[in-house]
Amino acid sequence: MRTFAFARADSVARAVESQQGDPASAFVAGGTTLLDLVKLDVMRPSRVIDINALPLNTVERLPDDRLRIGALVTNTDLAYHPDVLADHPLLSQAILAGASSQVRNMATTGGNLMQRTRCPYFRDAAAACNKREPGSGCDALHGVNRMHAVLGGSSECVAVHPSDMCVALAAIGATLTLHGPRGEREIEFADFHRLPGTTPYLEHDLDNELIVAVTLAPPLVPLGAAYVKLRDRAAYEFALASAGAMLSLDEELIGEARLALGGVATKPWRCREAEASLAGKRADTAAFEAAADLALADARPLSHNAFKIPLARQAIVRALRDAARRAREDDA
Amino acid sequence: MMETTEHSPEAAVSVHLTLNGVPVTAEVSPNAILLDVLREQLGLTGTKKGCDHGQCGACTVHVEGRAMNACLRLAVMCEGQAITTIEGLAEGGRLHPVQQAFLDHDAFQCGYCSPGQIMSAVALLEDRRVPGDVTTVREAMSGNLCRCGAYQNILAAIQDARLRRHGQEGGDDA
Ligand SMILES: Cc1cc2nc3c(=O)[nH]c(=O)nc-3n(C[C@H](O)[C@H](O)[C@H](O)COP(=O)(O)OP(=O)(O)OC[C@H]3O[C@@H](n4cnc5c(N)ncnc54)[C@H](O)[C@@H]3O)c2cc1C
Ligand code: FES
Ligand code: FES
Repeated sequence: MRTFAFARADSVARAVESQQGDPASAFVAGGTTLLDLVKLDVMRPSRVIDINALPLNTVERLPDDRLRIGALVTNTDLAYHPDVLADHPLLSQAILAGASSQVRNMATTGGNLMQRTRCPYFRDAAAACNKREPGSGCDALHGVNRMHAVLGGSSECVAVHPSDMCVALAAIGATLTLHGPRGEREIEFADFHRLPGTTPYLEHDLDNELIVAVTLAPPLVPLGAAYVKLRDRAAYEFALASAGAMLSLDEELIGEARLALGGVATKPWRCREAEASLAGKRADTAAFEAAADLALADARPLSHNAFKIPLARQAIVRALRDAARRAREDDA
Repeated sequence: MMETTEHSPEAAVSVHLTLNGVPVTAEVSPNAILLDVLREQLGLTGTKKGCDHGQCGACTVHVEGRAMNACLRLAVMCEGQAITTIEGLAEGGRLHPVQQAFLDHDAFQCGYCSPGQIMSAVALLEDRRVPGDVTTVREAMSGNLCRCGAYQNILAAIQDARLRRHGQEGGDDA
């Protein structure tokens, strides 16, 4: 394992300042992505800045009733937080569908947003990968691409964004608070992750900044929410396809619908057209299937993953159906 | 307020831990992994290395009471923290009830995964946020792989320890 220098930051300002001084440095929060990839020689920080002493580990309710999650709140604490369970069950479900108890205990909110793809070619320092080594090519395009993206890919990169938590954030809507050398700014979650295009190594919108907090949009009321994750084994595995759905129901008519996908796209994938198609419709299988078809209209399979399209369709229909059922129960 | 502390790659950093209840200071390099420090520097080889990438759970220890993968944690990140390993569970020569339950239920074959399984199980039983039904317990324990396939007996041991610890109420609080 490569060596690196180490610093412990004791304030947000100093963490940012510390990173400024050395662009090859990396923050460490839970360490579950960073250290995994340092061991594989995929991430090569010259310096690691421990941010765990920063006061960013609380979930607060703002005066306008939204929930503000500190970047260091662990995935476990977030999933079991009473306010999150009450307002945003989709977020709890998505987090608990991911990784293991141990990893969730270590993983943080900020780190989860920044986790890297599980593409085996990205994780293999000897393979061609435009994300890891710009210009080296993409071994996944004609390689074993069973796990790869059918939405949002380019001729340079088809790596999946692996986060479950981020699928829930895409559906719920959130604002990120970032702290950088020029102070604090906010950015919509939807604008944070980038499509690979011709620059797959640019994954997000951070510019030498620290993620400080994630503020969730207000919940839909009354709310039904469901996260359906389909994978090779029932637990402790990344998604082949996942769908996060939220519905508000007025009698049997859908008020507002939200839908986002994981495991099939190069970034957390919100399906706005499918959402719009559901508004005002009866909450039935026909409407859910039509929405699923819209959500996947642009899906393009690679040589080994055509199965992901029907799989994602089933995940969407099931998530919408479960969300509708829960909305009815909630209303009762 | 303390200054942001800087250590060069070659530095020996002093890390102060409470290890199985005892204060310990270790001199480690910035990139030293907690698992390796426990096993090779501090002589606690009960914690195992399987995959070294967070994928098997053999290295599970408690950091401040929470189950974590020691293979994905820097030793220097543990400054001031309480760490419990499998060696720290027994008290006064008596096995921890979860250790005893693993014996009673024959919840292992080769035993390589057992320290990690037991550390996960102990943390799980102490976390009252996690429901105690079998489906939830299976998921909560899924971060510990067992190459010998002792899963059924592991599950039985955990649910038995739960019953003894929490009584009937703990068994069905899902
Ligand atoms: C075996 C295994 C299985 C997994 N399974 C799943 C799964 O099924 N679903 C899923 O969603 N995830 C899964 N994960 C991924 C896991 O959720 C992420 O590794 C975790 O969320 C990363 O958080 P962290 O705090 O550990 O990040 P770290 O490793 O500490 O950091 C990751 C990156 O983010 C940067 N960073 C961290 N915090 C900040 C911040 N506040 N501001 C700016 N940059 C920051 C770091 O510099 C680093 O580049 C799995 C991981 C493992 C090891
Ligand atoms: S050795 Fe740590 S999880 Fe496998
Ligand atoms: S008992 Fe052999 S690996 Fe679990």
